[in-house]
Amino acid sequence: MVLCDIIFYHMTIDLKTVKHISKLARISLEEKKAEKLANDMNSIFEFIEKLSELKTENVEPLTSIAETTLRLREDKITSDNIREKILKNSPEKNDDFFVVPKVVE
Amino acid sequence: MTEITSLSLFELIENIKEKKISSNEVAKSFVDRSEKSKKLNAYVTENFENCLKLSKEFDNKPNFDLKLPGIPIAVKDLFCTNEVRTTAGSNILNNFVPSYESTVTQNIWNEGGILLGKLNCDEFAMGSSNETSFFGNVQNPIAKDLVPGGSSGGSSSALAANLTPVTIGTDTGGSIRQPASFTGTVGLKPTYGSCSRYGIVAFASSLDQAGPMSKDVKDSSILLEVISSFDKKDSTSIDFKRNNYSSELTRNIKGIKIGIPKEYRVDGMPDEIEKLWKKGIEYAKDCGAEIIDISLPHTSYALPTYYIVAPAEASSNLARYDGVKYGLRSSGESLIDMYEKTRSEGFGEEVKRRIMIGTYVLSSGYYDAYYLKAQKVRQLIKQDFDQAYNKVDAILTPSTPSSAFKIGEKSNDPVSMYLNDIFTVPVNLAGLPGISIPAGTDKNNYPLGLQIIGKPFDEQTVLNVAYSMEEKINYKNNITDWWME
Repeated sequence: MVLCDIIFYHMTIDLKTVKHISKLARISLEEKKAEKLANDMNSIFEFIEKLSELKTENVEPLTSIAETTLRLREDKITSDNIREKILKNSPEKNDDFFVVPKVVE
Repeated sequence: MTEITSLSLFELIENIKEKKISSNEVAKSFVDRSEKSKKLNAYVTENFENCLKLSKEFDNKPNFDLKLPGIPIAVKDLFCTNEVRTTAGSNILNNFVPSYESTVTQNIWNEGGILLGKLNCDEFAMGSSNETSFFGNVQNPIAKDLVPGGSSGGSSSALAANLTPVTIGTDTGGSIRQPASFTGTVGLKPTYGSCSRYGIVAFASSLDQAGPMSKDVKDSSILLEVISSFDKKDSTSIDFKRNNYSSELTRNIKGIKIGIPKEYRVDGMPDEIEKLWKKGIEYAKDCGAEIIDISLPHTSYALPTYYIVAPAEASSNLARYDGVKYGLRSSGESLIDMYEKTRSEGFGEEVKRRIMIGTYVLSSGYYDAYYLKAQKVRQLIKQDFDQAYNKVDAILTPSTPSSAFKIGEKSNDPVSMYLNDIFTVPVNLAGLPGISIPAGTDKNNYPLGLQIIGKPFDEQTVLNVAYSMEEKINYKNNITDWWME
């Protein structure tokens, strides 16, 4: 086994971390489910730890398989006016607007 | 004459062109059989009436120059279809009706194909057994209570049961090839950038590719020819010269060099998979191929890499489901509360698990240790293939480490479920084309597949090797219609 160049933070993921992550992910979590999730995440991360065996200091990260620079397009409207079709999918609307719970006092 | 529904796509096209059968007769046959096959739970949304109507319109004004003249086709419910509900197997998109069409499905309709319905899949394509779908399990027509594989499980089930002549799936880590292997059908994942991702519900954007699933190799070549196209609407679509895959299909693969990677002989691999692989090597030799031992040294790191890269991209892609512009909304006291409840109620357990993993590996302080590390290992995995392809033209491996398992057998252990994709995931990480073809059965008579992996953009060689081996293998599915009402 090769010495790892990055020490993994493989402390176990505790309930507090799970709750913090669920806040970041904007997913509300019941206490009971949080425990199960912590267990699942720990077994998955145990499995992921294998990567720490590899020395990768001098390896370029592979960000995209398509070795092309991303194309730009002209900033031009290409679709017809489909406002109504789009609004039809919204859970709550008012005239031409999406409605969300009040955000300002 | 054989039943219409058991004909291959190629045979259907011939019959329609020779005016031996009409598009409406074909559509009726598949609709009837689908109606009698509800127990499989392969469909999420049926488009039967409209399909029958459109097939009549085709017959009134036929165009036999098209590549799919009046052919009804059901597709995975991950492709957005204009005015037809698209769920991605999720409660959060339960009522979503797109106002646009995915490029891949548009290509099919442009060539005369007609939408038969939308097929069940794992929620947001995250799963290997179709058990994560909000719309329930799908039955494998091979045997009762057997999973059809995933995530394109509705597609593989519908195809093997003759509910659709061909279908399309998407493959992020094996979601076309693994269900094909589990159902005795053919599934091809093209090179990354071949088929447009526009209008496909996104899972992991650097890995997702659409591809054909069919009863035989020739049908996959016909469908690939239709769906593979350069598309300005997908920023990673690649503009390369595409073959006429079906007319260039040949069984002459004499002298072609096929690599056998020793690292795919994994610990605990069942004997029957090992035997199947050996048999496959003999078939390849019989076809005139030269067999060469190769090494892909970083193979065992592929799954851990995938389970960082895919969830990271998924957590980012799925941030859009917030209950504001479309999809499910749960009520909350504040905007944030609404977001959190919507996402908690709208997503299933596996999707939440992956969003959590993705959010964790991208969170402050962990990015370098996990995501950057995974991208570097991904580079090493790709280099393994680059080096192997200096010596060989294609690579032969098993498609999966086992045959189809029972519903419920692996659903409580995410890691054992993930191991299903051990042979397919490296191909996605390296962006390569790969096909699974049925090659034999296990002791229960369940199908097993072999995978042929090719060089980037060399789908033709992959298809040719598969076409040639298929003839020698001469696999026949033994399906008894046990589910029929």
